[in-house]
Amino acid sequence: MTDPVSAAPRGDASGSGANTLRNGPDARGRFGDYGGRFVAETLMPAVLEVERAYEAAKADPAFQAELDRYLKDYVGRPSPLWFAERLTAHFGGARIYLKREELNHTGAHKINACMGQILLARRMGKTRIIAETGAGQHGVATATVCALFGLPCTVYMGSTDVERQKPNVFRMKLLGAEVKPVTAGTGTLKDAMNEALRDWVANVRDTYYLIGTVAGPHPYPMMVRDFQCVIGDEAKVQMREATGRLPDVAVAAIGGGSNAMGLFHPFLDDSSVKLIGVEAAGRGIETGEHAASLAGGRPGVLHGERTYLLQDDDGQIKDAYSISAGLDYPGIGPEHSWLHDIGRVEYVSTTDREALDAFQLLTRTEGIIPALEPSHALAHVAKIAPAMNKDSTIVVGLSGRGDKDIFSVAKYLGVEL
Amino acid sequence: MSRIAARFAALRAAGRGALIPFLEAGDPDAATALALLRGMPAAGADLIEIGCPFSDPMADGPTIQHAGQRALKAGARMSHTLEMVRAFRADDDATPIILMGYLNPILAWGPERFCADAAAAGVDGLIVVDLPPEEGDLLAPFAAASGLDVIRLIAPTTDEHRLPGVLRGSSGFVYYVSITGVTGTRTASADELARAIPRIRRFTDLPVAIGFGVRSPAQAAGAVRAADAAVVASALIDTLAKTLDSEGRPAPDSVARVLEQVTALAQGVRNARVRSGGENGA
Repeated sequence: MTDPVSAAPRGDASGSGANTLRNGPDARGRFGDYGGRFVAETLMPAVLEVERAYEAAKADPAFQAELDRYLKDYVGRPSPLWFAERLTAHFGGARIYLKREELNHTGAHKINACMGQILLARRMGKTRIIAETGAGQHGVATATVCALFGLPCTVYMGSTDVERQKPNVFRMKLLGAEVKPVTAGTGTLKDAMNEALRDWVANVRDTYYLIGTVAGPHPYPMMVRDFQCVIGDEAKVQMREATGRLPDVAVAAIGGGSNAMGLFHPFLDDSSVKLIGVEAAGRGIETGEHAASLAGGRPGVLHGERTYLLQDDDGQIKDAYSISAGLDYPGIGPEHSWLHDIGRVEYVSTTDREALDAFQLLTRTEGIIPALEPSHALAHVAKIAPAMNKDSTIVVGLSGRGDKDIFSVAKYLGVEL
Repeated sequence: MSRIAARFAALRAAGRGALIPFLEAGDPDAATALALLRGMPAAGADLIEIGCPFSDPMADGPTIQHAGQRALKAGARMSHTLEMVRAFRADDDATPIILMGYLNPILAWGPERFCADAAAAGVDGLIVVDLPPEEGDLLAPFAAASGLDVIRLIAPTTDEHRLPGVLRGSSGFVYYVSITGVTGTRTASADELARAIPRIRRFTDLPVAIGFGVRSPAQAAGAVRAADAAVVASALIDTLAKTLDSEGRPAPDSVARVLEQVTALAQGVRNARVRSGGENGA
């Protein structure tokens, strides 16, 4: 069994020490009561194999050096930190900085974890890659790294999402991936993940399941977090360079929570930094049509992990809803559930309407079209920035660009394209 | 002695293997499912496995997925499943009942209370697909306290390093998932079974049931020649599904059609001429 303490991510070492919040999960893959490995026996050996391979890779400087090279020369890292001067002036309060993951190759933070995992899959000798996708961003990133390394790729996508994210479906096909629409269940992200797990069960010996967020059975929540920590590690250095100190607040949107986990984790032990995760409130928490697992769910087990889930009183999983296809997942990464319970991260939610307003505001003030996912984070910034002191700072995880969303936005605004 | 142990002991004495048919609770409606359950022992079921509907059945192929969806659409709840078992027990105190399902509905009920309530209803064992041995302590103490067997799954990917640990917490019997795949998709060959089952027997004296991909009387016979019991699920549900109208309602002969198939499978199992006991201590 691996040593859980060695699971602390690379980067800033200020989190080391006895009282760190950064040394999870434990040997069972638990963050407090959350996480674990709730998979069928057929998959258990595969899950353990991924864990062993990842621990070995993490300890191998050659693996890290190879990953760093791809992140720099292929993904385009480090991503810039942008002082949003006109947005700051618009709110008239805290100085707002954008961590620009939307400038990565493929236009979102997803590629960070895809690059790490594809290198791991190659190291493990796996010859076939499968993935699930909601909005299609993770599917595109997975298809991209598979094209780069010449590996066959099958992406499962709910049939509802295939319909509303056509440009990304075509993009994946151009990249050589097979996109399999999933009609089972309700045809959204959770059903795509079920189907990917079924594929993995049937092809477990040669196939690597490349999960897109900090969810699934251990070691995925830890591993995806580690690969995404490059966001927060860079932001920490960049904020110090830009302002001479750490930010007062870091804000990120949460579906499964990989972008938020990557931004937050390097700051977990910096108690002066307030961390705020923003769930999708959809049409409003009170309507029941939302994707806010923490605000509107309770703990349960799905997709290999124990975490907060949207479910009925009989334990049946409910459908999530959000205008953002990347956020409408009925669960949340287990480490977020733990950080919620211990109170280190504050979790809030913003509605479709608030996100759309923020989407348009950023586009017009900064000339940056954000994805609908980080628009939820910006919508919360709109609520807190005006009341904050002008010397204070907020860093926002701008996790993806909004080109993919212009059809949804046009529809919502009543514009015919 | 538990019902499961008593039933396997009796079968061993009779020198034959067991047929374990499966039905999904509440599919296509509660009354039809109960009629199926009540008819199964007379049709030749030795033990019965009842699937508990779940919105996200990750280990199941389309046949059982659809069965679960039909049941949930018809309003199935875990409480109804336990009521069905209670109703069955009013007439049958001998046929073991095993619930098979996923963990979340059990957690929603509360694992301790669920085990107590299931045992009180007349359930004998639990198979929880997404509860591997690594997480087994979530349920095992409560199951033991209520006298429920926890039947563990063993897969073709379960190697010899893992087998002892998986078997340690298993009771009643062990369930060999004979293919790497979801339910109802492929069938293991006789050669594959002939290699796999002795490997398991080296580590346990518990009866071994073979499931996933057992569809025909001949395949059921093959399963009990290689092991102690054959679980048949998707083939029975396919038969049921074919009798339903476009709204998912049963036909007058829906139950009879499925039970005829159970009878044919039972015939296959009874004609399999299993080894004459003793050999494996089985």
